[in-house]
Amino acid sequence: MPKLHDPPAPAATRPLADWRAQFPVLAQAIHGHPLAYLDNAATTHMPRQVMQAMQDFETHERANIHRGVHTLSQRATDAFEAARATLKRFIGADAAHELVFTSGTTESLNLVAQGLWAAGPGQAWLRPGDRIIVSGLEHHANLVPWQHAARMSGAELVVLRPDAQGRLHEGDLAALLSPRTRVLALTAGANATGERPPYEAMLAMARQAGALTVLDAAQAVGHAAPALAALECDFMAFSGHKMYGPMGIGVLAGRRDALERLHPLRLGGDMVEDVSYERAIYAALPARLEGGTPNVAGAVGLAAAAGFIEQVGRAAIDQHVHALRAQAAAGLAALPGVTVLAPHATQAALVSFVAEDVHPHDIGTLLDERGIAVRTGHHCAQPLHDHFGLGPTTRASFALYNTPDEVEHLVAGVARALETMR
Amino acid sequence: MSSAENDLYQEVVLEHKRAPRNFGHLHHPTHQAQGTNPSCGDRVAVELLLDGQRVQDIRFSGQGCAICMASSSMMTEAVKGRDIAAAQALQRHFRAVLTGEEDPDEAPLGKLVSLAGVRQYPSRIKCALLGWHALMHAIAGQQDAGGTEESLS
Repeated sequence: MPKLHDPPAPAATRPLADWRAQFPVLAQAIHGHPLAYLDNAATTHMPRQVMQAMQDFETHERANIHRGVHTLSQRATDAFEAARATLKRFIGADAAHELVFTSGTTESLNLVAQGLWAAGPGQAWLRPGDRIIVSGLEHHANLVPWQHAARMSGAELVVLRPDAQGRLHEGDLAALLSPRTRVLALTAGANATGERPPYEAMLAMARQAGALTVLDAAQAVGHAAPALAALECDFMAFSGHKMYGPMGIGVLAGRRDALERLHPLRLGGDMVEDVSYERAIYAALPARLEGGTPNVAGAVGLAAAAGFIEQVGRAAIDQHVHALRAQAAAGLAALPGVTVLAPHATQAALVSFVAEDVHPHDIGTLLDERGIAVRTGHHCAQPLHDHFGLGPTTRASFALYNTPDEVEHLVAGVARALETMR
Repeated sequence: MSSAENDLYQEVVLEHKRAPRNFGHLHHPTHQAQGTNPSCGDRVAVELLLDGQRVQDIRFSGQGCAICMASSSMMTEAVKGRDIAAAQALQRHFRAVLTGEEDPDEAPLGKLVSLAGVRQYPSRIKCALLGWHALMHAIAGQQDAGGTEESLS
């Protein structure tokens, strides 16, 4: 069992399908059929080595961190800080960056949005009359916190609207950027459609205009994690449970000077330098933004997941999920009355579709009967669905352990569901 | 055939989904309300023409899954021409059957018993109750039934 802080093993040469055996949850039958788990954009599963890393921590190293002088506390602190170092390397952070552990993407984005107004008038980054731009592709987690931030700060919230096919355009962003633009919040991959916006260019444009830039990398990190140092990105958020890691752990990474602008979301233990009854001096990063006892086993598991992804090989995962997406998109689009959303989004790891006269919930229930797990509904992106005028969708999303056979079953299962319902 | 095709999507359910009864709008409703399913954004609106304590006429509109549409359609048939108290009692029995508190064979559900299979699919119960929430809120004189979550917990 390699330790977390060891460098990752060299990229594997064995076929991706071999890795499937490392995911015990997949080896089960649902309603008498082998499970075809195609809901990875919601949550991926964990390989044995991630579970083992967490269990090793809980068995041999568990204690509270940054406090005790005893041996276990030191081991736990070392494990937590080693996880941070592993993840910084994984996302391509450099000396100008810091990485903060959170409970997931939602907390990370709330920490940014709230952190930019919570310091109060005269102190906060956001002031009355400022402009916040979010794209129209965002998950509710990268929209609702900004609605609240705008209300609390007096800033205006402006939506960068996608075209009818769900694409975002740099020219449209240029038209919205103003000297008062203080934030651009953008996804690296839309969870509802798979759209991959030109975020590198858009973040650069916004930064050029003087805004802080926020990237929701939740959907990208499992197969196409952007290199932070190569981006004009002040804040990047992602979750462990969408990259073969545990639930309840995530990351907010970003430029140190930007992170220092955030008013902490959680005030209390471990985030202070000096406290009297009257006042507190907050600690330096990263502790400043990590008040309270963190999810140390989660951080250890997340780092192990990053190691796992590097071991399998990011390029191999990327190629695999794109191929499954292409196969599914082609198969589904050939069915009568089926429309695939964002058919051009070939870099996606998911496919969403609608079917004439058949509701996604009915498709989802009938697929489940055949052991196929998909997501149905509006995928926490209700305004985007209103924008398309399509209503709810069915979404199949892919991970390194999925197979072309499973995609075939998906297409056949949808075809059968349409026949039943129509 | 899968069990969903036998239990959940019975022919009478699919028939109501394909040709919903009392679908549309009333010219002069006395009461109306809307229900929303937060997981998919589906909305069902119910319009009533009440004559004293009697449901003289009813229409429903909106979009939903087969379970939602069939349930709403059968609901309109079942309550049209009946007293409010009977509609409320039917709603209680239907809901109790779906949540497992009442045996479908003993509940006076009429045609609605064809939806009893929904009780095996907890995530779909809110679909079956959406129209009923709107109906109950319309009777109570509230305009917006809001989400369905809190009344299902």
